Amino acid sequence: MKLSFSAEDESFRTEVADWLADNLTGEFAKLKFRGGPGDEHSFPEERKRWEQKLAEGGWTCVGWPQEHGGRGCSIEQQVIFFEEYARAGAPGRVGHIGEGLAGPTIIAFGTPAQQAKYLPGILSGSELWCQGYSEPGAGSDLANVKTKARFDTERNKWIINGQKVWTSLAHESDYCFVIARTDPDSVAHKGLGFFLVKMDQPGVEVRPIEQITGTSEFNEVFFDDAECEADDIVGAPGDGWKVAMGLLGFERGVSTLGQQMQFQNELDEVIRVAKANGRDRDPAIRQRIAQAHAELKIMRYNSLRMLSGQSGSDGSLQGEALIYKLFWSTWHRTLGELAIDVCGQEGQLLEAAPYELTRLQSLFLFVRSDTIYGGSNQIQRNIIAERGLEMPREPKWR
Amino acid sequence: MEFRFTEEQQMIRETAAGFFADCSTSAAVREAMATERGYDLSLWRQICDDLYLHAITLPESIGGMGLGYVELIAVMEQMGRYLVCAPYFSTVCQAVPALQLAGAEAVSGPWLERILGGETATLAWIGQEQPGCEAVTATCEAVEDGFLLSGDYRLVVDGHSADILVLAARQAGTEGREGISLFVVDAGTQGIERQWTPTLDQTRHLGRIQVDNLMLQAEACLGNSGEAGAVLEQVQQLATIALAAEQMGGAQQVQDLAVQYTLEREQFNRPIASFQAIKHKAADMMLRTEVARSACYYAACIADEAWQGGAMAAELPEAGAVAKSYCSDAYFRNAGEALQMHGGVGFTWEYDVHLYFKRAKASELMLGTASEHRETLAKLLLDGGANA
Repeated sequence: MKLSFSAEDESFRTEVADWLADNLTGEFAKLKFRGGPGDEHSFPEERKRWEQKLAEGGWTCVGWPQEHGGRGCSIEQQVIFFEEYARAGAPGRVGHIGEGLAGPTIIAFGTPAQQAKYLPGILSGSELWCQGYSEPGAGSDLANVKTKARFDTERNKWIINGQKVWTSLAHESDYCFVIARTDPDSVAHKGLGFFLVKMDQPGVEVRPIEQITGTSEFNEVFFDDAECEADDIVGAPGDGWKVAMGLLGFERGVSTLGQQMQFQNELDEVIRVAKANGRDRDPAIRQRIAQAHAELKIMRYNSLRMLSGQSGSDGSLQGEALIYKLFWSTWHRTLGELAIDVCGQEGQLLEAAPYELTRLQSLFLFVRSDTIYGGSNQIQRNIIAERGLEMPREPKWR
Repeated sequence: MEFRFTEEQQMIRETAAGFFADCSTSAAVREAMATERGYDLSLWRQICDDLYLHAITLPESIGGMGLGYVELIAVMEQMGRYLVCAPYFSTVCQAVPALQLAGAEAVSGPWLERILGGETATLAWIGQEQPGCEAVTATCEAVEDGFLLSGDYRLVVDGHSADILVLAARQAGTEGREGISLFVVDAGTQGIERQWTPTLDQTRHLGRIQVDNLMLQAEACLGNSGEAGAVLEQVQQLATIALAAEQMGGAQQVQDLAVQYTLEREQFNRPIASFQAIKHKAADMMLRTEVARSACYYAACIADEAWQGGAMAAELPEAGAVAKSYCSDAYFRNAGEALQMHGGVGFTWEYDVHLYFKRAKASELMLGTASEHRETLAKLLLDGGANA
């Protein structure tokens, strides 16, 4: 067990930091610390161009294998990349769904033709992806998807009908990966397919959802006889659940370290405000700041444990990975409450009408989504208890 | 960077776990805790002679294993899991680092050799409950050929039974970490009064040591007289991290006990483990245990750097505060939840939950509470330094 990085890794760190310092300038300078959770609607065009800038430097898909066009970085180097990226204040990635989810899934489960068709656009930062999982009736019970995919032999295409919801970046994306029912008589996780669907077509409509923050990061996506090419299904019809679950494994990767750097930036802002307005003298606030700091430190080492361990290699997750979502989401929500409390009554005052929030107000509100999306805290606790502690599942209701 | 145990470290951890599971049973713990000494001498001999766990951090030059804090933390976790009643924390986590860090090899060597031979030791510094060096109230006065030591040491782990005592004292009129010296003496020295002070948590015994103008030879002083304050603080921080690992092991064990019980206990014709109200409590316990584990592994790496003189040694105070604040809360909350999940039997003397519940509170109060450690962090974050 050892915390320090090798000399080779430290020189990689310098390389990353230097590239970011040299390139996060000019038209990109204003993107610093922007576009993170709660701010994903900011500067979409500039952030798309930033993706391509990253690609030019070879800084997209750093963890992908070289045979698929990635940089083939070691775990340590990926950790370093994401840490330096966040430390530099580089903007929230609009390409992260393609790089972190769609791409790895296509690499793991896709055909060579699918890999040739889709990976280059992700690598070059020119094609963006969104995720079509949740539906109005399929939230925590994700397997209850109603969206249907029917194969039309005449047109030789899949025809998709249904509605997805909470789709972030849908209005900016070129493609969406969609789980839909290929067997209309099936229930639950059987009879699903995993489709790669082009967004720019008459059968797809995107409607933004106005959120608690007054902004719209999330969307509803309506599929009304939307078309999908015959060979744009990943795996066989009926394999959709397996592919989708394989994908969940990719979500717990090294990007958690970058997320934590964003958390650190937020905590730094909370501390700055507390020092400025004198609430850093309040013993209760001091305790809460110290606790937030301690737990964020531990969160980093929890991630290093996740990355150093065997989690995921056999499909099972070790304890530190199982609890991770519940841990960070609860921590972040608690930080949101601390953020507004250090402001005192001043925390009431908006930046501007009609509803322009300050950074800490935005944090206070947006973090409420963290304990809900991607498996709510209650679902997380069920998963931890059932998979981690082997406690019995709920009896069937009907 | 490597953030998991090596094979050798894993072997030490598993050897300790297997041995304690066999030897530190509920019956053994209950028998030991009822004695004045507080531990079974033959168990201690086995820990030393058969497992050699007492020698983990002892230097190779005297025949120790010369290992570091990652290995020590692996053992302490298992000590906590099985509530091992043994003078391990006092000897290996308190006295050994004090002797090694404060004293020149020529002075400490013979004492460390006695420990290697199976003698026990402890570190006494608390005159009044205060953080760090502030707790030291005993005084020492330099006289011809030595020192005169006077003090009333309280809350000394195994203080009534240890063979070797490391005693902290300050020069009259000094405060904080100034003017502090560490002395090592044979506990049987004439003029040392010791008594057992029975405790709420019976699984770790505390003692009181009183000395009044005790005459010590000059060579009893470890390092330069009056300059041991920083070392005492460092030893406290290292011990704090070892204690946090013990707390983490306890948090794991009460979680395991509670889950096991709820799988066996049936009400409404089903195991109570199938109710979400119970499952969610268990999931929160597992979260706290795993987070505590991450905190301890991190702190162990930092302690190791401090022990071996690595580049990250300066992070020791922060790592100790992070680990102890989290693990204190995690253990006590897990113990409380375990008691609740056991229902009525959790309130009985017969079931072991109360032993862990009491140990959790006792460990939380020892070497700084969670809120005291958070205040240490707050000083670092908000006031520009621990001493500001």
